[in-house]
Amino acid sequence: MEKRFASFTEEMYTYPREEGSLIPLLQKAQSACGYISPAIVETLADYLQLTESEVFGVASFYSQFRFTEPGRHSISVCLGTACHVVGGGTLLETCERDLEVKPGECTSDKRFDLNRVACLGCCALAPVVKIDDDIHSKVNIIKLKEMWSNYE
Amino acid sequence: MNNFTKLKKQSTAEWNTLLTGEMPVIYLGMASCGKAAGADKVREAVKKALKKYHLSAKLVEVGCIGTCYLEPIMDISAFGNPRVSFGNVDERAADSIIRKYFLEKECHKGKVLGHFGAASFDGIPRFFDQPMLQPQVRIVTKNCGLIDPENIHHYIANGGYEGLAKALQMTPDKIIDEITHAGIRGRGGAGFPTGIKWRTCRNTKADQKYLICNADEGDPGAFMNRLLIESDPHAVLEGMLIAGYAIGASQGYIYIRAEYPLAIIRLRHAMKQMEKAGLTGKNVLGSAFSFDIRIKEGAGAFVCGEETSLIHSVEGKRGMPRTRPPFPAVSGLHQKPTVINNVETLGTIPHILRNGAGWYRQFGVEGNFGTKTFSLVGKIRRSGLIEVPLGTPLRKIIYDIGGGSQKEFKAVQTGGPSGGCIPEELLDTPVTYETLASVGSIMGSGGLIVMDRDTCVVDIARYFLDFIQKESCGKCTPCRVGTRHMVEILEKICRGEAEPEFLDKLESLARLVKSTSLCGLGQTAPNPVLTTLRYFRSEYVEHLKEYYCPALVCSSLIEYTVVKEKCTGCQRCVSVCPTGAIVGPRSEPHNLDPDKCIKCRACYDVCRYDAIAGNAIVITSRKEE
Repeated sequence: MEKRFASFTEEMYTYPREEGSLIPLLQKAQSACGYISPAIVETLADYLQLTESEVFGVASFYSQFRFTEPGRHSISVCLGTACHVVGGGTLLETCERDLEVKPGECTSDKRFDLNRVACLGCCALAPVVKIDDDIHSKVNIIKLKEMWSNYE
Repeated sequence: MNNFTKLKKQSTAEWNTLLTGEMPVIYLGMASCGKAAGADKVREAVKKALKKYHLSAKLVEVGCIGTCYLEPIMDISAFGNPRVSFGNVDERAADSIIRKYFLEKECHKGKVLGHFGAASFDGIPRFFDQPMLQPQVRIVTKNCGLIDPENIHHYIANGGYEGLAKALQMTPDKIIDEITHAGIRGRGGAGFPTGIKWRTCRNTKADQKYLICNADEGDPGAFMNRLLIESDPHAVLEGMLIAGYAIGASQGYIYIRAEYPLAIIRLRHAMKQMEKAGLTGKNVLGSAFSFDIRIKEGAGAFVCGEETSLIHSVEGKRGMPRTRPPFPAVSGLHQKPTVINNVETLGTIPHILRNGAGWYRQFGVEGNFGTKTFSLVGKIRRSGLIEVPLGTPLRKIIYDIGGGSQKEFKAVQTGGPSGGCIPEELLDTPVTYETLASVGSIMGSGGLIVMDRDTCVVDIARYFLDFIQKESCGKCTPCRVGTRHMVEILEKICRGEAEPEFLDKLESLARLVKSTSLCGLGQTAPNPVLTTLRYFRSEYVEHLKEYYCPALVCSSLIEYTVVKEKCTGCQRCVSVCPTGAIVGPRSEPHNLDPDKCIKCRACYDVCRYDAIAGNAIVITSRKEE
């Protein structure tokens, strides 16, 4: 973790020290470290000459940023309109119940973190669930449970 | 213009080699939708099959042609025959399609969709004569699914960058005249005339101007922009160059959602090729015009589709709107004149420049010229992305192109969370900005969500309001507090806890939020509620007075039961029930404990889709006074 944080800060110095760099840097930090930790907020505030509350204020405004450690795999359940009308909500509830996790959180064994996403843009194949980088289409409860077993 | 002529020659040669060369070509639809349907596995199966049968062919990855319900799609062109398209290809089908085509010299009859030739071929229909495609007019989606989006030569060989080359020989004012005459209006949803926007920016004096391409397609249930960028990124980039030249900007940004990783990859790839070909940077195509393009990844906020919010987000701030005027075309990014155009608008611009405003005006109707893309999804038989001339009636889109709804049609939602539900009796409404507004909806960016009798309109209104309430930026009170109250009322109606007077409260609250919110998000948020109240009021009343949900959706108002006479005791439902609510020994009718049942529908689905089960599980809703 510390190593990844160090490599991020190194890269941070290549960005111009202006407010416009804040969101790209937050995105960089999250892809390097997995989530926005208090240490990242502090480092960015210092580098961009903003207050920590300003940095956190921007980060917490956007749904992309998470403030808790992610699991080994990320499940994103699409709740776009097309997915909603064919049962996306039930899939999210099933994940919550069976994995005992709430959206935005991570299972106690760190295997999965669960997220709700507004739309993945694969509406013609609804409902869709994304696990890591794989988009699964026309998912139902039975298929969902089978999918989990492929991610340890 | 020598640079471009040379480029065009090289591209045409490469494209012709692909089309007429000795080497057979296999095209695979590899946009996000194709991938989600399993196109990656099909590609591996194709490679394996080629090896197995000792064949060689060139694999070309293309975007999506729009018939998403047929994904994964694979095309073959070989032996001088026209390109033939196959649909719903899985790994096994890929093998047999290749075996039949190359060894037995025949097209797999079960999977063939159509061919792209001019004449008839082997008794196969033309691809574009299919019912879903025949009524369409494809301008902005012309190349989608046909060319390799990662190969600039494919784009150029098909007329790409000709619009730019032509534009660079015109004065900026002349270009704006042409765009104004073409009558194109913003395809992001509001329909502001593009020419007027450009003129305002052009006429504002400043040392720096910006162009922003708005690819923050946040509308849930819409994917026109994703598909266009993934399938033909250069069309959008060419449009940006033309717009930049016309308004006098030297810097362009593409603001794109981070949820579209493949689209971002395709854009980056395309931008590298442009730089190499001298299409961006200093002196574009040897002219005096210089232009740089940068990608700004959005971080997930629906409100950032609004111009002033988007600008704040690019500046690194919270994406909150501000009052207008000043309009961004006068004072936008870093207080400089900025034009913000939607992806589809920019993708259309090169075609107008190439073919002229007069050509463009032949499509559509007076005041609403040209075509519009729609993502046709929900309970529709043929889902996907379509492009039709403005003025096409909704009925034609849903029935002729989409094949109708899966069960009895109930409504169609246009414009996503900002639009409204349009009922059956208004389906002859032609799709134009004004007519959709007159029935209480909006054009929006192009999401068309079809609902059938299994969709509950109260639940849909609750869903959209809940979405808006979560996405409200919190700056103005009507939107922040008003939408919250509306969600609470709708939730109570769905739970059967509301009083009859709640409907009037809901309606007056909706009108208040609509008339007093600061930006478009709040002003349009009540549309789903107002239109469903207008066209489906009786359904609200049934929820309120009879605790009855006719679509059997609202979980507090429905019950699951096992019909003993029908149950075969196959135990499939027992195995999927997550709470152990269904019990019973094999071969005997099962019991469902309503106290344990969480109404997740899992048992209902297996009972319907499993051959050994007997449709024994039924859902009912109370209907009592």
